[in-house]
Amino acid sequence: MDVTIKVKRFDPEAADPQPFWQDFTVEIDDKGTVLDALIKIREDNDGALSLRCSCRSSICGSCAVRINGHAGLACKTQAATAIKDGVITVEPAGNMPVIKDLVVNFDGFWDKVMEIDPYLKPEGEEPEAEYIASNEAMLHLSNVTACIMCGSCVSDCTVMEVDPTFLGPAALAKAYRFTADPRDGDENGVSTSRLEELTKPSGMWDCTRCMECVAACPKGVAPMDRIMAMRDQAIDAGFHNTNGARHTEAFSDSVEHSGWLDELRLVPKSVGMTNVSALVGYAPIAIQALTHGKMPSIIHKKIEKAENVKKIFDKVETPKKRRQ
Amino acid sequence: MLEHDVLVIGAGLAGMRAAIAARTGGANTAIISKVHPVRSHSNAAQGGINAALTDRGDEWEDHAYDTVKGSDFLGDQDAIEVMCKAAGQALIDMEHFGVTFNRDDEGRLGTRAFGGQRRARTFFVGDFTGQALLHVMFEQLIKSGVRRYEEWFVSSLIIEDDQVCGVMALEVRTGQVYAIRAKTVIFCTGGFGRVFEPSTNALICTGDGTALAYNAGAELMDMEMVQYHPTTLAGSGVLISEAARGEGAYLLDKAGNRFMEKYAPNMMELASRDVVSRAEQTEINAGNGVDGCVYLDCRHLGEGLIMEKLSQIREIGIDLVGVDMITDPIPIRPGMHYAMGGIRTNVDGLTNLPGVYAAGECACVSVHGGNRLGANSLLDTIVFGERSGNHAAEASRNADYVEFNVDQAVKKEEKRIQELLDRPQNGDRIASVRLGMGDSMNRNLAVYRDEEGMQETLGDLTELQKRYETVPVENKGKVFNTDLVFALELGFMLDNATPIAMSALDRKDSRGAQARTDYPDRDDENWMKHLVIKKGEVGPELSYAPVSITQWTPEERKY
Repeated sequence: MDVTIKVKRFDPEAADPQPFWQDFTVEIDDKGTVLDALIKIREDNDGALSLRCSCRSSICGSCAVRINGHAGLACKTQAATAIKDGVITVEPAGNMPVIKDLVVNFDGFWDKVMEIDPYLKPEGEEPEAEYIASNEAMLHLSNVTACIMCGSCVSDCTVMEVDPTFLGPAALAKAYRFTADPRDGDENGVSTSRLEELTKPSGMWDCTRCMECVAACPKGVAPMDRIMAMRDQAIDAGFHNTNGARHTEAFSDSVEHSGWLDELRLVPKSVGMTNVSALVGYAPIAIQALTHGKMPSIIHKKIEKAENVKKIFDKVETPKKRRQ
Repeated sequence: MLEHDVLVIGAGLAGMRAAIAARTGGANTAIISKVHPVRSHSNAAQGGINAALTDRGDEWEDHAYDTVKGSDFLGDQDAIEVMCKAAGQALIDMEHFGVTFNRDDEGRLGTRAFGGQRRARTFFVGDFTGQALLHVMFEQLIKSGVRRYEEWFVSSLIIEDDQVCGVMALEVRTGQVYAIRAKTVIFCTGGFGRVFEPSTNALICTGDGTALAYNAGAELMDMEMVQYHPTTLAGSGVLISEAARGEGAYLLDKAGNRFMEKYAPNMMELASRDVVSRAEQTEINAGNGVDGCVYLDCRHLGEGLIMEKLSQIREIGIDLVGVDMITDPIPIRPGMHYAMGGIRTNVDGLTNLPGVYAAGECACVSVHGGNRLGANSLLDTIVFGERSGNHAAEASRNADYVEFNVDQAVKKEEKRIQELLDRPQNGDRIASVRLGMGDSMNRNLAVYRDEEGMQETLGDLTELQKRYETVPVENKGKVFNTDLVFALELGFMLDNATPIAMSALDRKDSRGAQARTDYPDRDDENWMKHLVIKKGEVGPELSYAPVSITQWTPEERKY
């Protein structure tokens, strides 16, 4: 079949180095992938088209690009299913500077991975033979170590777009791969010092749960789910004294006891009752809310039959139980 | 000046293991790779890694015998002993590094059955063991503090007076050419799969190290031994792991018969790869296949097992041929997969060139002989990667850098590259020369071979070499010029192709992966020997080397 690919090109050595779009029409197998089409362009039309690719079977992580605006592996995307209005749009992965055409600079990506100390750190004595661990624990981890570091999640992360200091979904999923490993950390497999680091600003609490990384990941790693599980681990390990942990606890306390959210008290409880400078920072928002008639009532009443909500809470398992 | 005691070329499993060992041994160590380490082709090993663990009643001698038999008695038994003895510790090391191996009910490392072995000794992570090992090895590389040159392409090896001085390399991101001095160099550049089309190998597997070493005077060995894997996808030739058969999948002809009954009544689908691939090809040639394929049937394994242990290959089947192995058999055929041959080394990875080492698929120790057992390749990379790294670190301790004129070397390499860029644009495209080579090799050096076909390919290669001299490089820029890299790689691939075809033509018997219709029998009297090929004054020179036999007398192979 013939497919038309609209590729975003960029040549840093051009006289006027501006990105531009270029259309190519090539013939590939009916079941061919977007990568097959890109390789065909490179081989038959324009050898100057730069892209990274290698394994053709979604394991090397080289060919992450944005296809029709969303990140994914070119080799895992069947061309026939990606045609929109007669064309497939291909552009470089986002949140990373473009080097040339579809090749982006991964330096920042790897810098963040390095920040999480990406290697096993057992604190106890190493056994002579293998560590004894349950198959379930290993299978759970294998779903995370299936990450091929392709950068699709980072490409589409909406937090990294506005906050380049955020560790991001790939590095945080990698961190979870250690915090959830029974061999990492103390004899109970608790990675206390890792969790302490990761609760700091730019870490696990900065994810806004937009789900883009889960949608983008071609390997089912679901980075956001791992970040959420890591938040539970951090609270379990005693790291309550962070905006994120306080926010989570204040939120659930309010709903558990009154049946709905006490918006007025959520802010001071989240940032800390004694954190005067942060509270003052919220003053303009409070004033705006007041002038627009959006100020929550000072008296937070329970909803009718709030005790039923409480019953739900009693039935829902705690984070700790959920993981066991 | 960039200079290192030990410079490892290639950052797959063998390369990273070598670099970590050399660094641990105190050497100033660097690793250079044309792709980021985690993009390396070790990723693609799916099924597992073999080891005989004594604490569960297995013996390294049994593993060694299976390997010797699998090699069709062409593997060097002294080297195989080294590998199989070291396997247990290598495996435990990887577990301690953090690999998430599947476990048994007691929480210990679990095993699966694999081809050509009498007991289950293949340890695994789902069906992506190579990727799991590679990423953990990269973690350890980071921890070790080895200097990394990522996305640097080694274009030449510098040798003065038979002494290695270092390499010339192109930084792909900038197009800058550098000389890197090294006391020792370890080639861990992987296989030459892309010399064939199709191949299970990644697009980066272009035999760069084999060609660089060969052109510098290193001996290559057993180059004729090219493994065709029994289960590769129709079309793209992408790999479907032996793990499927290890877990119990069947091979079926078009009538639904398990044809392996005829060829290997005891081991059936789990006979060694050369045996299974020949059986499939025989059935396909006899008209018992469909569109040049037979079927791999996993349906009876059930969804639960497939999702837990074979999930990646299921995805590949869905993505690339639109078949879900839970509900339908997958069309597969034998496809080029692995090079048993390569740069000739001793058990410490040392080649015939002082200071030059090789490990992993690009090397030939030889532990695989005529046919590699599934799950022995990951083991090979780790055991011999480590040994090479150790030995090179030790050797570099008492060595000095060999002086060479750096400016002149850089200028010479820049000129060579500039000439490539300046070529007129009227030659054949790179892809057409590569496909010409790949088609010819796959036509005449596949599962079955004969003199006529191989002569045809040698003729093709001479002509392709001429066409190569004028392939144009369309991209004239410096930044990330992959077009230029492909042109250099194509030259390396052609450098591999001729030794493969010449060795295959010279070996006049059928053994392991080499099955000649004009010499159908194994001939131990005349051909129980390695073929060694070396670049001579006028062309490749062939010679022979004895096979090491320690405790297993060659016998007829039955599965």
